[in-house]
Amino acid sequence: MAELEASTTTGARRARPISPHLQIYRPMLTMMMSIVHRITGAALYFGMALVAWWLLAAASGPNAYATFEWAVGSIIGQIILFGFTWALLHHMLGGIRHLVWDLLYGFEPAERETLVLVSLVGSIALTIIVWVVGYLAMGGPR
Amino acid sequence: MIGQRPNEMRTPARRVRGLGPAHSGTMHFWHQRVTSAAGVLLTIGFLVIVISLVGRTHAAVVQILGSPLVAVIMLLFIVTMLYHMWMGMQEIVLDYVHEDKLKILALLGNTCFVFAVGFAAAFAILKLSFGV
Repeated sequence: MAELEASTTTGARRARPISPHLQIYRPMLTMMMSIVHRITGAALYFGMALVAWWLLAAASGPNAYATFEWAVGSIIGQIILFGFTWALLHHMLGGIRHLVWDLLYGFEPAERETLVLVSLVGSIALTIIVWVVGYLAMGGPR
Repeated sequence: MIGQRPNEMRTPARRVRGLGPAHSGTMHFWHQRVTSAAGVLLTIGFLVIVISLVGRTHAAVVQILGSPLVAVIMLLFIVTMLYHMWMGMQEIVLDYVHEDKLKILALLGNTCFVFAVGFAAAFAILKLSFGV
């Protein structure tokens, strides 16, 4: 804490020239997807508590599990679960895109746009596929 | 770290070269990549497990989640993703929270949240596995 105090009193906070921030640039797809990647990451962070609840409920017993099933089975629960699925798949595909970029592939303008579109369309398509498969796994309409 | 020990043959510059102000070099970056690459596979495994469990009775869910292969995949998923989450949230806090006290509080909160969620999930899986 002493270091902390010292750094604030020795002028570490004085105004310095800063680089232009987001609002100065024309919005582009790659940039928007970068922002969405961070937002989905933050959402998944809290969504993980839902996974922990699911596992704890299963470990606690039939009553706790029934409460969990009721919560995620409600309309709000289903919306949250659908959003969680999409965020998970979007963040996963965005992560794969970043790994591709880390290997220095796909930096041409057209390639960048293609990668971004593939991950965006792919995440929506995969989310629907996961839900349809999940619905069918439950035994379909009943 | 400050100053040089008498018998230290390496210069201070040599000791910190490549490690930067965080003294850990690109470790944070690299661990984020390792956990994301592993996370892709584990997330697919997680989704398969969840899909195969929806709509099943509590007894069936307990049995499947407690089976060794499923439990190991779930544990790996939890540990990998929570470490990934912890690093990610730390980066978000350092990017947006500039007030020192608030920043330290947010970083503490991040660690506490990750440990709470991680231990809860891991304990639940172990309990289901060992059936106590």
